[in-house]
Amino acid sequence: MRDWSEVHVSRRTLLRTGVGLAGAQLMSSLLPDSAFAADNREPVGTYPEGVVGNSVFVGICAPRTGTYAAQGEDEIKGYLLAIEHLNSGHPLMHRISPSIRKGVLGKEVKYGVADSEAKPNTAVQAHSRFISENKAIMITGSVSSAVAVAINKLAQSRKVIYLPCISGSNDTTGKDCVRYSFRECFYAETAANAITPVLIRSLGKNRKIAFLTPDYTYGHTVRQSMQDALGKQGGWTVVTNQISPLGTTDFSSYLLNVANSGADVIININFGRDAVLSTKQAKQFGLLDKMTLAVPYNTPFLAKEVGADIMQGVYAGTDYWWTLQDRFPIARSFNEEFFRKHGYMPEWGANAAYMQIAMWADAVERAGGFYPPDVIKAYEQGVTINSTVGQVHFRAADHQLVRPVVIVKGKAPGAMKNKDDFYDVVEVVDGGPLMQKPDAFGCHLGSYT
Amino acid sequence: MFLFPFFVRKRNLLNWANFISQCINGLVLGALLALISSGLTIIYGTLGVMNLAHGALFMLGGYAGWLTYAHTQSFALAVLGGSLFTLLAGLVIERGLIRFFYQRPHEDQILVTFGLGIVLVELVRLAFGSLSQSIPAPSWATGITSFGFMLYPTYRLVVVGIVSLMLTLLWAVLYRTRLGMIVRAGIEDAVMVDMLGINVQRVFMAVFGIGAMAAGFAGIINTPVTPITPDIGSDILVEALVVVVIGGVGSFPGAVLGGLVAGEILSITAMFDPAYSQVMLFVVMTLVLFIRPYGLLGHRGRA
Repeated sequence: MRDWSEVHVSRRTLLRTGVGLAGAQLMSSLLPDSAFAADNREPVGTYPEGVVGNSVFVGICAPRTGTYAAQGEDEIKGYLLAIEHLNSGHPLMHRISPSIRKGVLGKEVKYGVADSEAKPNTAVQAHSRFISENKAIMITGSVSSAVAVAINKLAQSRKVIYLPCISGSNDTTGKDCVRYSFRECFYAETAANAITPVLIRSLGKNRKIAFLTPDYTYGHTVRQSMQDALGKQGGWTVVTNQISPLGTTDFSSYLLNVANSGADVIININFGRDAVLSTKQAKQFGLLDKMTLAVPYNTPFLAKEVGADIMQGVYAGTDYWWTLQDRFPIARSFNEEFFRKHGYMPEWGANAAYMQIAMWADAVERAGGFYPPDVIKAYEQGVTINSTVGQVHFRAADHQLVRPVVIVKGKAPGAMKNKDDFYDVVEVVDGGPLMQKPDAFGCHLGSYT
Repeated sequence: MFLFPFFVRKRNLLNWANFISQCINGLVLGALLALISSGLTIIYGTLGVMNLAHGALFMLGGYAGWLTYAHTQSFALAVLGGSLFTLLAGLVIERGLIRFFYQRPHEDQILVTFGLGIVLVELVRLAFGSLSQSIPAPSWATGITSFGFMLYPTYRLVVVGIVSLMLTLLWAVLYRTRLGMIVRAGIEDAVMVDMLGINVQRVFMAVFGIGAMAAGFAGIINTPVTPITPDIGSDILVEALVVVVIGGVGSFPGAVLGGLVAGEILSITAMFDPAYSQVMLFVVMTLVLFIRPYGLLGHRGRA
């Protein structure tokens, strides 16, 4: 179900824009040396059509139904908060980047929200509509890397900037990277390199791993990166890799296989509801009493849904955790703003969404216009930004944000200071050294126009 | 020969402990499938309607039970609430919609029940959202049972008991009551039963209600095992259809046998590679259709 009720473009504005466009075209043909001469470049994507009015349109597409619905809704909350802050000229935006003022280049940001159902096809359709009908100047959103990779391709062919949100596959800025896409969050390789030393330190060398892997690009690349890192650094071996389709609800057969595999560590790569159900059922099948659980790529709300008693002592890699506010003042302000609106502390999907919007506004402001190649080049300058996890910048060669990975450990139920206090931050691992060489996963960005 | 590397790679999972574990798990999966499919097959056998809204009724039972649980905190009342609600829903659907389609072609019946399923799913989504809901197992059935070679969630074992009880009850209704006799006679020759002065319409209504209730009952029993979402019924419907085809369309014992066979196929294949479980289910269905075109316990179709 697509929620068009949130498409904030009235019939009137559409008509007005249409008339404006027609007029503008007429003007430019009649008066070749008028104001338009300042921008006599070929149109690229939705430029200049999408920026003629006093507002620009952003297409948001995230799963609101299915396995990843909870994470999708969280993401949308982050986007809406960021857009609200941009349009009102909120000081938090200015603190993230001094270039950001009110709106984006003075234009109001309008948006539409669609449900991707975490399906690439559905997401491609929704974004295509945002581009064709709403002349979206930027499109964003993902919880599944399968969607992120598909929209990467759409973005490159339609020449519209795309910002994936949650996407853990190496491929998103690896073999499927594109010039028109920029990823904020951590991913398989950085997750594996960050959590591996912690796991080896706490569990020792030469352990036997059972993987629970979702069957798509995200699952396979996280499994590969984890297996390589743990094998190389600690001599850990894989005794079974249980691959389940996205949206599995009964993990009993997989878990019985794990129970009989002789593993002593379960590395659960499942995400969203899959992560919640597989973890709960692993407990029901008595696995968590015999084996240690580790979560390289943590799902927002996992601890809230499975309970602190299951997550206590579990090491997890994550993008953001709200107690980072003790180290980063920007995180504190972001938490406060989010909490005031929603009554709970933000999880990492909301944070990633917020930061993506902020960094996009920063790039556009620095580019001085919406012309996509200029905006991309502004991103590629690798300017440092004050994020909720400290100073970050984009790597020009693969459009991946260089940012820390946060390693957390589940708290015992008794040690929780409030209802959202599920984890201790064990380590904030510097992002740069965790990353592969930009071309190691076969990234070729493609053209600007 | 080409299978050799496959087995070598998985050899650590091919042991007796795992085989027996998966067999028991197959029994649990199969019991639930048997119950869901029996409802589907009773309706088809009696009314001649392949009810593609059956998955949605399974889901409705889950939600009705979950709502009851939320208000009463009682598992028994949740089961009762879920069952009664789907019984009622079944009666309303039969009177309000299905009965107008008895004389229409099968394609129309399939389309209308399929459409009804979509409407029910979206209504529930509208009312309760897309996030999963669950209810805990009753306190006496929580915890883990140890078999020595394996640990198994107690509630899943209890499910087998509850389902067996329900299936016995359904069997008794079908084979030991006057209603059941009329139903079975109606399957053979509805016109003759009508001519004998029996109100077939009312029997049809009762059968649709009972079939719907079987789905709803399964839906609520399943909720502590896998949480419910509005679209939980779609996968179940496909599996139930396969079970009915394997067992013999319209045959009650066939649905039970088919359910157990399907459960074991899903589970034992998973021991080698879970990715092939669903595929294997369809492979077996195809084989059965080759060897026994009317299913394991089915016979040449109704007129």
